[in-house]
Amino acid sequence: MSNKHVNAVIVGAGAGGGVVAKELSEAGMSVVLFERGDWVSFDAHDIDELLSQRTTVLGNAFGPDNERYRRVVVNEDGSTKVVLASENDYNNVAACVGSGTVSYGAMAWRFMREDFKMKTTYGHVEGSTLEDWPISYDDLEHCYEKAEWEIGVAGDAAQNPFAAPRKKPYPMPPFSYNKEAKILESSMKRLGLHPFPIPMLRNSIPFNGRAACVRRRSCCGFACPINAKCGTHNTVIPAALSTGNCELRTNCIVSKLIINDKGRITGVSYFDKDNNSQEQTADIIVICASATETPRLMLNSKSKFFPTGVGNRYDWVGRNFQGHAYTGAFGLFEYDIFDDIGPGATIAISDFSHHNRGIIGGGILANEFTRLPYFFTNIRPPGSPTWGKSHKEFQKKYFKRNTQVVGPIQEMPFFDSRVQVDPSVKDFWGIPVIRLSGHRHPKDVEGCEFLSSKAELILKEAGASFTWQSIGGKGLSGGQHQSGTCRMGNDPQTSVVDKFGRVHDTSNVFVADASLHVTNGGFNPALTIMALGYWVGDYIASEWQKGNRFV
Amino acid sequence: MDDGNRLSRRDFVKIATLSAGALSLTVGSLSFIEGCTTTPKTGTLFFSENEIKLMEAIAEQIIPTDEWPGGRNAGVVNFLDEQLVGPYRRFQQDYRKGLEALEKTCENKFHSKFEKLSWDSQTAVLQDMEASRLNGEAWKNGFSKYYFELLRSHCMQGFYGSPRHGGNKDYISYKMIGIDQPPIVGENRYGI
Repeated sequence: MSNKHVNAVIVGAGAGGGVVAKELSEAGMSVVLFERGDWVSFDAHDIDELLSQRTTVLGNAFGPDNERYRRVVVNEDGSTKVVLASENDYNNVAACVGSGTVSYGAMAWRFMREDFKMKTTYGHVEGSTLEDWPISYDDLEHCYEKAEWEIGVAGDAAQNPFAAPRKKPYPMPPFSYNKEAKILESSMKRLGLHPFPIPMLRNSIPFNGRAACVRRRSCCGFACPINAKCGTHNTVIPAALSTGNCELRTNCIVSKLIINDKGRITGVSYFDKDNNSQEQTADIIVICASATETPRLMLNSKSKFFPTGVGNRYDWVGRNFQGHAYTGAFGLFEYDIFDDIGPGATIAISDFSHHNRGIIGGGILANEFTRLPYFFTNIRPPGSPTWGKSHKEFQKKYFKRNTQVVGPIQEMPFFDSRVQVDPSVKDFWGIPVIRLSGHRHPKDVEGCEFLSSKAELILKEAGASFTWQSIGGKGLSGGQHQSGTCRMGNDPQTSVVDKFGRVHDTSNVFVADASLHVTNGGFNPALTIMALGYWVGDYIASEWQKGNRFV
Repeated sequence: MDDGNRLSRRDFVKIATLSAGALSLTVGSLSFIEGCTTTPKTGTLFFSENEIKLMEAIAEQIIPTDEWPGGRNAGVVNFLDEQLVGPYRRFQQDYRKGLEALEKTCENKFHSKFEKLSWDSQTAVLQDMEASRLNGEAWKNGFSKYYFELLRSHCMQGFYGSPRHGGNKDYISYKMIGIDQPPIVGENRYGI
């Protein structure tokens, strides 16, 4: 039995795809939203630290699973290794309805104006493909606002003097500081910095028909037991479904785009929940599968019209793979600073996001999410015992007396950090898997060293009895903040999609996820991905309503 | 999600805490709270009896008993035994190879089993293993350091991870560091 033709197929029900589904189905378009995973609930994994989305030693709580998924990673010496989905090198994002928005820490950052104009602000950076976005912050501002109000953000932008201008405040008041944040707040102020409560995609008050957050320590990496965390799974996706125009097909693996004999993309091939091969035709296709899976799908879709994959005429698909090097410092105190007010991260500064001497970009600094018991076993000053009596003593003494000030550094896009498809390794469904290769730009380490030194300064000023830096910025980037692999741009020779997310060389294929990011900001990217979902979704919906069928 | 159940579960937690104090919650009731039951096992799933003794000694070295239980009594080996036929099936060969090599090393060097060595000698053997200082074919090519790190991190997981996986018996490590379990909003209830 063949599937009924629809107006739009959306691949991936995460931060981008969920938003697009709502925008298109509310505009009256018939939509099939594909998701490789399923709906997930808190009860499936509870607060199991070893099987979460943050610590994954026993598996990814919300997928992808180790049985069916593989990736290949190219080592520094050129050799390759096959990695399991739960291993760090896999660079997973959750495979479930809502994807990472179910289990994220939920920081809700807007990028700054400079983040869209990195080349204009800092000039050419040798060895980097650093570039301006084809859209500005001001173009995207109303989309950020929509994301904040429809999905739900708690914060107080007035306290951050570096925040880009906004028209409307956040819909919910900010979260209060926990004890460690209060200690850090006075330290930051003494140093002349400008601390403020982190904007969060969590309910600080009852909002949108869901309860207010109860501040559990197990939040980042876990589903919320009371549904107080705002993701696409409990906001825009239900809204899309309630229009009656959107069908969500879970446990479906989209394997390639269907290209007809005229070179038009007419739909997608996929494996349904029983692993049967099926096709779904549509007028338009919106790929929102993440900065790793989106290029994979495009590269796996070849024909005489697209001999190296859809959108890949100039070999830019999968290039400029970025993420965030996390960098900062730890501090130990001689009194309890842990008050079990979750999720831990509550305070931030944006003083070092831009215009730092000798540094391209920068990043926010925030206190880290609660370091759970197993996670904490690996946090020790350099040279400390990693086992035995004194390791246990440290665990007892400092579990409630440590903090980490840390942030994501804006990475320099690097052309040779890339997502390809592997020539031989296939997944459970026989689809060629992702092959990851490359490394970060050397400038990233400089940014990390800079930001870590500032973090340590804050901890010392706060009265920490011992501090040490943790400096990131080496090796292959990616991780859960993965981005950049289908760059947005005006020139088809140096980008993959146009400023509305449409893949060059196609009339009806769009991308709406972090693959679009020209640069990834010095901020957690979730809210920007959502905003881009509105940007692309609104464009498609308004054109559709004007009669444009994207032929 | 069934909100009714959620509420009743939370209420149960509250009542149990108020009436008995979280410290005296029984293992049975905690299992109920976590939504999974642990049935006592007969026999082991992966380790032989000899390997159990050896593993317990190793776990005890990694997390020694002090005023709180150590790796042996916190069920670390039970955790590993379960994981090695589950998510850690891929490490079975490493364990077989590593434990056999450790036995052989102790036999050659001390004419004794690892677990019969003095505490300090056991520590020294593990330190040598960590630093790739042990003699023997099996330890070559980085296996010594690799396997020690595997043992170390797995023991930590068994001691500090959720009891649902067979370790951290009676939530002992959470009690030790003074965090309540199940988590109750606000200050912890142990007063430690």
